[in-house]
Formats: sequence, C-alpha cells, structure tokens
Amino acid sequence: MSAIPLLKISRLTKSFGTNQVLKSVDLEVTAGEVVTVIGPSGGGKTTLLRCVNFLEAYDGGSIKIDGREVGYTDNAGGKKRGEVDLAAMRAETGMVFQSFNLFPHLNAEQNVMLGLRQVRKKPHKEALEIARHWLDRVGLSHKTGSLPSELSGGQQQRVGIARAVAMDPKILLLDEITSALDPELVNEVLDVVRQLASDGMTMLIVTHEIAFARDASHRIVFVADGSVSAQGKPDELMAEVANNERLRSFLSRFSATAH
Amino acid sequence: MGELIDAVVYAMPFLMGGLGTTLLVSLITVVLSLVTGVVLGVALIYGPQPVRWVIRLLTDCIRGIPILVLIFAVYYGLPPLGLNLSSFWAAVFALSLFKTAQVIEYVRGAVSSIPRGQMEAAKSIGLIFPQRLRYVIFPQATRRFLPPWVNGVTDAVKGSALVSLLGVVDLMQAINQVIGRTYEPMPLYLLGAVMYFVINYSLSSLSRVLERRYAYIKE
Repeated sequence: MSAIPLLKISRLTKSFGTNQVLKSVDLEVTAGEVVTVIGPSGGGKTTLLRCVNFLEAYDGGSIKIDGREVGYTDNAGGKKRGEVDLAAMRAETGMVFQSFNLFPHLNAEQNVMLGLRQVRKKPHKEALEIARHWLDRVGLSHKTGSLPSELSGGQQQRVGIARAVAMDPKILLLDEITSALDPELVNEVLDVVRQLASDGMTMLIVTHEIAFARDASHRIVFVADGSVSAQGKPDELMAEVANNERLRSFLSRFSATAH
Repeated sequence: MGELIDAVVYAMPFLMGGLGTTLLVSLITVVLSLVTGVVLGVALIYGPQPVRWVIRLLTDCIRGIPILVLIFAVYYGLPPLGLNLSSFWAAVFALSLFKTAQVIEYVRGAVSSIPRGQMEAAKSIGLIFPQRLRYVIFPQATRRFLPPWVNGVTDAVKGSALVSLLGVVDLMQAINQVIGRTYEPMPLYLLGAVMYFVINYSLSSLSRVLERRYAYIKE
C-alpha cells in the first residue's frame, strides 16, 4: 500500500439549511484499501459519500482524489468546477446506489455501456466486450439483454456494480447497497464486493452490515454526529468499544442480529 | 341527395385550399411550440432561479388568457410596438405562444416524474448535462410526454380554426365563404366536421400506437 492517500478528506463540513450534517470530517483512503463507514442513521455517512463525487456540494474543508480537489477549482466554497471538468472528475469515482438507479429503458449491457461509449469514447465493439466481461464477473452473463424490470433486486444491484466498475474508476463508492434488498439477496451482492476487494479495488463503503464490514474491510470508520468518532482495523475498532460510549451503544443494537 | 353531392363537388376545390392552410398553420404551430416548449421546459426545471421565474410568469399569463383574446392581442397589439405581422403570421404566432405554454407544462410534468436517482446515476458515470438529458432523461420522459402532447396536437388542429377570425382562409373560413355563396350551411358544416374528424382521428390513433411503442419502459 502506498503511503500517499488516493482519497484525502480534511476538515469537511456540510450543512443542509441550519442542519450541520458534517462537522469536520477527516478521512484518508490509500489505493487498494477497503474502508467501511458505519454509524447511526442521520450521522452523515451517506452525505459524506455523496460529497466524494460531488452529488452534494460540500461547504468547507477539502476532498482530494489523487491530489486534485473534487468539486472546486481551488478550495471548497470557491469556484465550482465547470460541467465538463466536474463530469471528468466524477468518471474517476464509481458509485453504486442504495436504490440501484439503473436506467430502466436500457438493458443490462446497455446500462454498463453508456458511460464507456459516451464518456470513455470507446468504440461499440470494445465497450460491448468490457460490458460483457463485467456482467460475467458479477455472475450475469446470461442476463446481458434483460431490462432492469426483468431482473431481481440482487441482479439489478450487480448490474449497478458492473456499471460502476466498468468505467475503471480510481475509487468505488458503495452507498448502503444492500439496504433495499430482500435478506436472501444480500449475500450475492456482498460476494461480488468481496471479490472486488480481493482484486485490489479501492472502496469506500457505507453499510449497515456490520458483519460484512468486519470481515471484508481493511479499516472501519465510525461516523456519528457529523464527524469520525472512532476508526481502525476491524479488531482494533471492536477493542475501542470499551472507551467509546457512542460506538458501544451503536454496536449493541446489532449484537442481536450479528452473524 | 343529388343536390348534396352537387354542393360537395362545388365546394371541394375551395375546401381543399382551406384544408391546406389549416394543415400548414397546425404544422408550423406544432413544430415551433415543440422546439421552444422543450427548451423552455428544460430551463424551467434546471435553469437558474431568475430564468425559472420569468418562464413561470410567462406560462401562467398565457395559459390564463383565452386563445381568441391572445390572437386579437397579437394581431392588434404588435403593430403599435413596431412589429407588423400579416394576419397569417399573427395567428400562427398567437397559436404557437399558447401551444408553447402547454408544451412547457407537459415537459415539466414528464421530466419531473423521473426519479432523482436517474440524474444522479447519470452524473456518477461522468455524463455531462446534455448527455444526461439525451441518453437518460429524455428517453424516459418521452413516454409520459407523448400522450398529452399528441392530444395537444389535435387541439392545435381544432384551435387553428380561430385563425379564420383574422380573415385567414383556412378550412373554416373556406367553408364560410362557400356558404356565403350557396346559402346551404348544413352540408358544408357537416363536410367540414368530417374533415376535421378524419385528421384528428388519425392523430389520436397515432398516439395510441406511440403509447404502445413506449409501453415497454416499466417503472
């Protein structure tokens, strides 16, 4: 693992109206690292993730990917990047959504190909090959021609993952990607994420699957009340429980369901 | 019966000329309003706040005025402002204004019915704004836009009869002119009704075909 962080978030702040959701978040992710963000609902996890590809404009602090500020040409609150510039930055970060957000008018293959064709400017044949490769990797080689409406939730989410990774992003952002799934479909999606992790894909994951966070990530970050309350390797963090009241009360809610 | 056929045969050449004008007025109105309506509709949703206010104000005003009033307002109101339009173009302009306000509403309804996540997913793969509209938003919005819009096209054809009030010789005016010579209103009004009906029935059949064509997109 290189010492220079691929993603460097420092003193990040974000408010919605008078509600300050992020109150100075510091977080670094190095290349090849899988970092999981856990924490109570409303604590700012999802907002944090959405700031990384600028789906939310942050108010202060900085988010740098490979040394480049994400949404602004210099510092947060300054001049926003132009449309083309911003789109190019976003293409470097893949995002998978809680509600899949597949394009319903395009089949699985076309969903994956859209970015390859229009953003990466790949010729049709090459884009198709890449799309089929990734759909195969997520176990959907038999569904390439299916519309999202013809797929189960787990299958849709795997297409969502294929769509994001096919763009060859520097970092993959996963926003509670199993929360909208029936319990029996959760594992087929998490298995794909584990596979990507073992391939060395850099990932920032927001999840409520504590067991998954514990066994799949290099580092767990506990975000509560808009800032990082504790972080460390999974076993280090679990050891923190003794001295961190908020972490203890958060995790205690999962002890009944933890596998 | 023979007299009826004679009346129709006599009237036909005049009516066909009028029908041509009706179709031309409708076509120009529909095309102009579609182009400006889509542009302004998109601006109403995604534009900066002042632009939205202006468009909102414009559509609310236009939709609150009867077309007939709008036609006279344009015809008599523009020359003092230094814009002299022929009665044909004044009528087309007024109808297009009215139609544009409708198209803006259809676009707003269709586009805002698409879940926010679609735009976000399109952003996250790196598409720029025009690409997001073209490849993600419009293909989905089209399905919701088409049925009311095709209905609106039949309204445009029917509404075009109002241009006769400015003396433009469309189908309606041609009918009135022939009646002025023959003093036999019924066969001619019936004939006119049939002609309007044939056009509009074809259009609404087309709309059903289009709806089926786009029905494959499920929620």
